[in-house]
Amino acid sequence: MSTPLRQAQGPDLEGRIPDAATAGVARDEASGTVIDPVARDAGAPDGLPERRSSAARLFARGWRPSWTLVAAIAVIAIAVLWAVVPWLFTSYDPLDGVPADKLLPPSAAHWFGTDAIGRDLYARVVYGAIHSLSGALIAVTVGLTAGTLIGVLAGSVGGWIDDVLMRLVDVLLSIPGLLLMLSIIILLGFGTVNAAIAVGVVSVASFARLSRSEVVRVRRTDYVEAAFGSGGTFAAVLGRHVLPNSLTAVVGLAALQFGSAILAISTLGFLGYGAPPPTPEWGLLIAEGRNYVATAWWLTTLPGLVVLVVVLSANRISQSIGRGTR
Amino acid sequence: MSVLDVQGLRVSYESRAGRRQVVHGVDVSVGEGEVVALVGESGSGKSTTAHALIGLLPEGGRVDGGSVAIGGVDITAWSQKRLRSVRGAQVGLVPQDPASSLDPVRPIGVQVGEILRLHGTRDAATRRARVLELLDRVGLDDPALRARQYPHELSGGMRQRVLIATAIALRPRLILADEPTSALDVTVQRRILDLIDDLRREEGTSVLLVTHDLGVAADRAQRIVVLNQGRIVEQGPSSGILSSPSDPYTRQLLADAPALATEGFRRPAPPLFLRDAAAAAGENPYAIAAVGLVKEFAVHGRGREAFRAVDDVSFQVRRGTTHALVGESGSGKTTTARLVTRFLQPDAGRIELAGSTGELADIAGLRGEALRRLRQRIQLVYQNPFSSLDPRQSVAQIVAEPLHNFREGSRAARAARAAELIDRVALPVDVLERSPRELSGGQRQRVAIARALAIRPDVVVLDEAVSALDVTVQARILELLESLQHELGLTYLFISHDLAVVRRISHSVSVMRRGRVVEAGSTEDIFTAPTHDYTRELLAAVPGRSEVAA
Repeated sequence: MSTPLRQAQGPDLEGRIPDAATAGVARDEASGTVIDPVARDAGAPDGLPERRSSAARLFARGWRPSWTLVAAIAVIAIAVLWAVVPWLFTSYDPLDGVPADKLLPPSAAHWFGTDAIGRDLYARVVYGAIHSLSGALIAVTVGLTAGTLIGVLAGSVGGWIDDVLMRLVDVLLSIPGLLLMLSIIILLGFGTVNAAIAVGVVSVASFARLSRSEVVRVRRTDYVEAAFGSGGTFAAVLGRHVLPNSLTAVVGLAALQFGSAILAISTLGFLGYGAPPPTPEWGLLIAEGRNYVATAWWLTTLPGLVVLVVVLSANRISQSIGRGTR
Repeated sequence: MSVLDVQGLRVSYESRAGRRQVVHGVDVSVGEGEVVALVGESGSGKSTTAHALIGLLPEGGRVDGGSVAIGGVDITAWSQKRLRSVRGAQVGLVPQDPASSLDPVRPIGVQVGEILRLHGTRDAATRRARVLELLDRVGLDDPALRARQYPHELSGGMRQRVLIATAIALRPRLILADEPTSALDVTVQRRILDLIDDLRREEGTSVLLVTHDLGVAADRAQRIVVLNQGRIVEQGPSSGILSSPSDPYTRQLLADAPALATEGFRRPAPPLFLRDAAAAAGENPYAIAAVGLVKEFAVHGRGREAFRAVDDVSFQVRRGTTHALVGESGSGKTTTARLVTRFLQPDAGRIELAGSTGELADIAGLRGEALRRLRQRIQLVYQNPFSSLDPRQSVAQIVAEPLHNFREGSRAARAARAAELIDRVALPVDVLERSPRELSGGQRQRVAIARALAIRPDVVVLDEAVSALDVTVQARILELLESLQHELGLTYLFISHDLAVVRRISHSVSVMRRGRVVEAGSTEDIFTAPTHDYTRELLAAVPGRSEVAA
């Protein structure tokens, strides 16, 4: 496998740099040096190390992502399309029902069945995507921005600022999440956006914790010290080296939080703290359907399954981002 | 009859691009009571060969062909379960890294006793007696105490002794020593190798010694097998290989091995032209000087005394020469380097750096912007090129970073300077656009050197800058450093534990021990007429020295 590769490289290298001194350099290039030779034998490719690989190049070389990842991306894409262009997916109106068609089980005409006042449940799920997804987006944005700011500040400055900020985060973590969310909503007032902000505030602590630990890890590396050693100012080193190297894991957490934010917003909707009826928000849909669990199972089960699948997909994508960092 | 007989061994690894063969038909045999050294650079397949012998390949590895016979019994097709009866009992393995090869949460005695338990010693008292006997056998003082201690309470050399005790517990006929001393200091290395030698002599055990160090192989082995890219390029008796190598690769390896090279000492070049002697004498000849440096680190726990890592260290380095700080781990040499480059604040003493006028000025108290400005004059190159380059930047960005930080030139001028530097360190131009992840260790260290030179410093501090590299790569980097010094008039402070490398690169040497300078002088004086006992001990421990003298 590797022999033709090497032969292909040999004359090329020698053709470019013919003299004896650089022939040694060429060989130096060809031999990688890794602390653990077994790991090198096992992992590192022979000859010149590989070029940086983009997804497209990987794909061209025969790399295929796992089908679960493809499915997860497809699910999220469909959910986003539901939120953006819901009318393409259903011809029913989410708010006006046909009273004669109430509580119909799933059928070809009504995929998810109909509810107590004859509204098409599938249409309500499709039109509800915008509420759940935008809510989750707001929640993640709030958590990501505030949390990362706190974490990066604590991790990079250190000292008493680190102590104060992290003890605040500890306080945040010590309050049960649902209690904190409900308190914030009571302070801010009801509504989808306020529910989303409440969910975001609760996730600030985990973002802060993770980004601080990543920043602390990167700050201890030789290349950050070398950057200071080549005359970098604090801000320059932070922006050029520390942040780019520490934020990948945070992006992974954001994808994970996206899933749990949908769940949390649905929970708040279910409890009646989110969007008011008749908004077709996913949590509210499940809440409205719970009176009919015995007679019309589809009113709770099918929206619940949609939430489940979307959250699982977000988690699957997060997992693959996380794996990419290692 | 030979203890180990390997015929046509082929090993491959699963990689993304399919199976990749790394060992292409290796034949090795080890006779009764014989020491055979398997020598090669990283990636030559020597560790893979050793691990394949006893079926301990990492995940994805597979033996594709060939046969392995131990004591005349072919074990090639044996299952893992059957091989377990061979490991330990017939073949003892001394692993490479004593720090990670012991379980940190279990006492030493239990770990050594485990192999006895696994191989059928049921009685706890018998086992305990045998463990103490073994610990005593490998030269650990107070075995009863050691058996109760945990790995972190032992030094690197002691841990390696524990691993050797485990390897010889069942009196195997063959010991597989995979780079047993690479992670150890030179004096400890010698004692460990002496121990293996003694065991071989007294128990008649054969040894297959895997090493990258030709000096070690020359000292300890009766036969040497040279591996290159998974193939044997040469094998034969040690003396024959060393005196008349037939393969060009072996010749290159020998020429690059610093321990075996016998070239002359470096002396400062005389002034290029005659000058007024009085003016020359009045001028300050030193580029950097340290006077009475002290650095203490607080030790956790109340009432404990602070640990004095650097204790009254002084040295002077002439402009355009290389001064080496030599010592074993814990001698304070890296702390000194970090004090000189002002990554650490000295507790006492002065660090004097020659300014543009040639006058020495103290830099020990610089802070803030003045400290940042200092980076234009003194630069540090790190030991590990795998951690000192930001993996997310391109080589061009990395090399131009110091220029960027000091707002020197336009963007285009900086890019041109980066290209010039990359060319100066003998790398092809196309690496500029690559990420450090795509470069080998030697290439990365060249990039790190180019970065250090970008801002035209006067003094470059090299902290074990070649220690992580293979000998041939190491030799090329040393050549590069010499030629750069010659052309740019650089002053180097060279931190190393490797005396052979120091002998080759430096003009003057300070030998450090426990934070103090025990001896200082020109390289020639230190190496030919050492006065301090510690220096003599260090010199005697350099592997391959006996061969040089002979």
